[in-house]
Amino acid sequence: MSSPQSFPLAHEDSGGLDGVIKLAIMAVGGQGGGVLTGWIEALARTRGYACQATSVAGVAQRTGATIYYIEMARTGPSQPVFALAPAEGDVDILIAAELMEAGRAIMRGFVTPDRTTLIASTHRALAVSEKIAPGDGIADASEVHAAAEVAASRFISFDMERLATENGSVISAALFGALAASECLPFPRRSYEDAIRSGKTGVEASLRAFNAGFAACSFGNVPAPPGEAQFQSVPGISGPKNLCERWENLASKVDDLPESARPLAMAGLRKVVEFMDLDYGEDYLGRLAPFASSDTGVDDHALTKAATKYIANAMAYDDVIRTADLKTRGSRATRIAREMDASPDDVLLVTEFLHPRAEEIVGLLPDGLGRRIERDARKLAWIDRWFGKGRRLRSDRLGPFILLYLLGGLKLYRRRTRRHAAEQLHIDRWLRRALEVAAKNSALATEVLCCRRLIKGYSDTHARGISKFDKILGLVERVESRPDAADWVRRLREAALKEEGSEELDQVTEAIERL
Amino acid sequence: MAERSFNTEVEDLRLGAGETFTGEGILAITKALLESGVGYVGGYQGAPISHLMDVLADAQDVLDDLGVRFEANASEAAATAMLAASVHYPIRGAVTYKGAVGVNVASDALANLSSSGVNGGALIIVGEDYGEGSSIMQERSHAFAMKSQFWLLDPRPNLPSIVQAVKQGFELSEASNTPVMLMVRIRCCHVTGQFETAENIPPPLTVRDALANPRKDFHRVVLPPMSYAHEKDKVENRWPAAESYIAEHKLNERFGPDGGNVGIILQGGMYNGVIRALQRIGLADLYGQTDVPLFVLNVTYPLVGTEVLEFVEGKKALLVVEEGQPDFIEQTVGSMLFKAGVQTRLMGKDVLPMAGEYTGHVLLDGVTALLKAAAPDMLPSRVRSPNQDAAEVPDLSKTVPTRPPGFCTGCPERPIFAALKIVQHELGEHQITGDIGCHLFAALPPFEIGGSTMGYGLGPASNAAFGAGGEKRAISILGDGGFWHNGLSSSIGNMVFNRSDSVAVIIDNYYSAATGGQDVLSSRASNPTKATNNPISAAVRGVGVTWVREIDRTYDVPRMCDVFREALTTDYQGPKVIIASSECMLNRQRREKPLRNESIKAGRRVKVPRFGVDEDICTGDHACIRLSGCPSLTLKTVEDPLRDDPVAHVDQTCVGCGNCGEVADAAALCPSFYRADIVYNPNKFERWRAGLRARTIRWLQRRREQKVLIFEATE
Repeated sequence: MSSPQSFPLAHEDSGGLDGVIKLAIMAVGGQGGGVLTGWIEALARTRGYACQATSVAGVAQRTGATIYYIEMARTGPSQPVFALAPAEGDVDILIAAELMEAGRAIMRGFVTPDRTTLIASTHRALAVSEKIAPGDGIADASEVHAAAEVAASRFISFDMERLATENGSVISAALFGALAASECLPFPRRSYEDAIRSGKTGVEASLRAFNAGFAACSFGNVPAPPGEAQFQSVPGISGPKNLCERWENLASKVDDLPESARPLAMAGLRKVVEFMDLDYGEDYLGRLAPFASSDTGVDDHALTKAATKYIANAMAYDDVIRTADLKTRGSRATRIAREMDASPDDVLLVTEFLHPRAEEIVGLLPDGLGRRIERDARKLAWIDRWFGKGRRLRSDRLGPFILLYLLGGLKLYRRRTRRHAAEQLHIDRWLRRALEVAAKNSALATEVLCCRRLIKGYSDTHARGISKFDKILGLVERVESRPDAADWVRRLREAALKEEGSEELDQVTEAIERL
Repeated sequence: MAERSFNTEVEDLRLGAGETFTGEGILAITKALLESGVGYVGGYQGAPISHLMDVLADAQDVLDDLGVRFEANASEAAATAMLAASVHYPIRGAVTYKGAVGVNVASDALANLSSSGVNGGALIIVGEDYGEGSSIMQERSHAFAMKSQFWLLDPRPNLPSIVQAVKQGFELSEASNTPVMLMVRIRCCHVTGQFETAENIPPPLTVRDALANPRKDFHRVVLPPMSYAHEKDKVENRWPAAESYIAEHKLNERFGPDGGNVGIILQGGMYNGVIRALQRIGLADLYGQTDVPLFVLNVTYPLVGTEVLEFVEGKKALLVVEEGQPDFIEQTVGSMLFKAGVQTRLMGKDVLPMAGEYTGHVLLDGVTALLKAAAPDMLPSRVRSPNQDAAEVPDLSKTVPTRPPGFCTGCPERPIFAALKIVQHELGEHQITGDIGCHLFAALPPFEIGGSTMGYGLGPASNAAFGAGGEKRAISILGDGGFWHNGLSSSIGNMVFNRSDSVAVIIDNYYSAATGGQDVLSSRASNPTKATNNPISAAVRGVGVTWVREIDRTYDVPRMCDVFREALTTDYQGPKVIIASSECMLNRQRREKPLRNESIKAGRRVKVPRFGVDEDICTGDHACIRLSGCPSLTLKTVEDPLRDDPVAHVDQTCVGCGNCGEVADAAALCPSFYRADIVYNPNKFERWRAGLRARTIRWLQRRREQKVLIFEATE
């Protein structure tokens, strides 16, 4: 958070505005803000209030941020003069149909501590700018929560989107329920329900979501926000007895590591064993050991923790075999049926979109043969022509399923593949470099390990990741002798994760070269 | 058919004397037209006046009963040209345009119409698209009224006032033989309220009657020497006639006390905002009773000098509240005061901003500044010396992301731009121009395609400088709406004529989608009152384009890529036109979803596609999103301590358009996407076959599970 912004408090007590209720709805186009506005208007008019609503329809609304604005007052000697748009410091009730829209309302001064009740759904509809970053570009929700606590006179928030979906309706109904429960408007609950009933479609579902929103709000029955990610450090396992015994034995070695690194190491061990076998798990712990022993314990064993995480990710690389294995597991079919909300009476057809390129095919070949083909551009092109095309496999059918099933069963053969050899070489070089650095600068070694985060995706994306990774590792030498070396590497990595291109990465690189 | 149905609203158009209309401003205007005895109506759609066109299109029966002709014009110029019927015949006509862009398009016809002058009342309704939520350049229609000499109404933004303005507009037009423009701002168009209706009046002379008895008057033709006479007629007769009508019928309104040291002259559209500012200061009550005298200009052009000077008399200071720039009204008032030797201090754009919307806060500051300067005793003490602390709220400007409008879920235009982005990755960046329409959203992330818009239907025309070709070819985008608006002649025809070596992409989504899904010539739906199903390809070939590629399913991204590659690399030197057609998803879903749900309920077999992502295969690099930006393709934070970045996730709003799978294929992205087709109410055979497959697959899975270690899912 940078410098705090300030808004003037409305400089009147109530001026000539006794009895006017000002309500703004901040929504994302397509969320049903118009329906909610219609309900509120109908509600006010049937309760003998004069009411006026405005909105901005059209292209300006399509999936973009939009505002609906409503004013109402008890009917008097003549028609009241209402404003057509919300004004800073002058909104009584602000309904935000999404968390960042609540943030936008606060930013624009529509939420002020002297008067505004903020009713916000805590769910997120991510903006395009948050989604396109190659890393984690999601805006920090806690900042909006913190600001709302300061800016609003009352802050009512919970995940109304989930509540609405669970009741087969849309968010506008849940928001309407929360508005009713907030008792900001001088109308009884029954009149809200009547307003919904006066609509034409989806009355029953809307009423269910309305009731759920009302209950969640008035009885403090607010579903808890998802807490910190909890993971089981020791997963339950099953399998042949001998394998289980070996696993127990292997898992017990994790106890040799610093305590704070153990949960991560256990997850890492599980990942590599699942990827290949117990021997590979053995290799994993072997690769981890030198980092644990050269770790001085700085920063709560940051070096060991980084090693457990990124060595596991590097060893369980994404290849055809892993993809085929994951696509043919029993748990997957269950998950898809659940996600698609399919009942047992429905039939589910599943189509996979695969586009293996020559590189992936060659990666599956034995190392020697693969290496020879890689060197021959003509052969590579030939393979690409015959095999490297988009394939749509109906994995609910037996033929395609068995093809994937057989590919997924090649785990033990994998050790002999070209891809495996290449990956191991790359891992060893990277870890060697990290260990060299660790002897002198533990923080820098941690950063070198963390750079593995850049390598992800498939084909072009993977290649771009590798090139950024190599570029940063190449720059380590330049900064190695500096006390702030770790900082520089972190900056390089963060820049690389921000965008698909490398504009920002190049800027940091230039800065380093000027040092 | 338009994206919104107005069947309920159409019933409101039949309301009789003494009944109450409840609804939006723009629909109140429609009703007022019928109450004014209008003989013909037309216009070109676009927010915020689309609803007016849509409701008229749905109200064919009502119009037929009254003998009113409704025409969906090709453009605002065409709509204005239609007002030619009011030049010679005493028939009232009304047309609508969207904001300053509509006025720009109409300006040729508008100038001719104004020169000729009218006999029947001619009313132009402009939804002034200015300020928040506007989708066009920020300009005022006011300047056009000044240059062509027609009158500009800007009524107070409530239903009774705008209804009255329609009626008075026709009378003013007839009293001064001049077309009248009625300007309503966006929020006024969509403001809801009530007014008491009157009986609809059939036109005293219908267009049918007129056709039977044609008239002409040579003196109305804009040719010398008549055009010189027209100019003189404007200033010597029409203008004074307008002024006397305005003054006599009190079109402008005065509120508040007669005396006082200060006063405010304001555009009618600013009335509610100014009253709100006064209410907040404590100088006006809820019903608009004000202590500060107001002179409300429901007619903003021309200004009646006597009215202004009478209002200003005895005042120390005057504030002109005039939204937008330049400050035409303030300059005119200043000139009036100066010439009359009045010493009143004139305030306006010195305390109010020159540019931008006059929001509540801006007006509060402006009115406060006036009072502080000229009547501090009117201000309550808390304003004169505020002693409240400002609330300090953490700055969220770096946290809250911008959220501009974009392509809807499943939009058929998305795969076109995904393909273009993929092809540009291979062949390098190209010179690309955009056009007006939904496709302009491609200029935003994640596509960032197209750097200019020069006007509706002018996409290819704005690449004319690059028409000779070179190392790379220029590409332009044109929508079906823009194509029929004027793109066929100005853009495509001229590419042929000038032997342009460029590529034009015509995006055909079966509607004028951005303006609300109205039908155009090439729409595929059958429309009872319009001739549709006229293919764009036939028109393009008709004007001489020989290189034409038609794609009838834009979601086929590999095919789209191939066609782009071909167009950019072929040896053919002439104009290359790609017509990419698929139905607007918003309209398609509106049509199909209710039918589908009904079928499922009735037990009929229905297949519904939706996409998903295998989250353990997705690596969280978001390359797929950089080729999509679909609202339903979003991110999900996974509860795996080994993973840093959120993975892609398709939420339940997915309509299964196919873009995700196609893009994964065309760009060789990653294997994590799958499409799940849920078959509701499957037949017996299907069910049996699915069961057999599932059992066999399960057997194979168990077999493998027995041989390896299985870790319980941690989720």
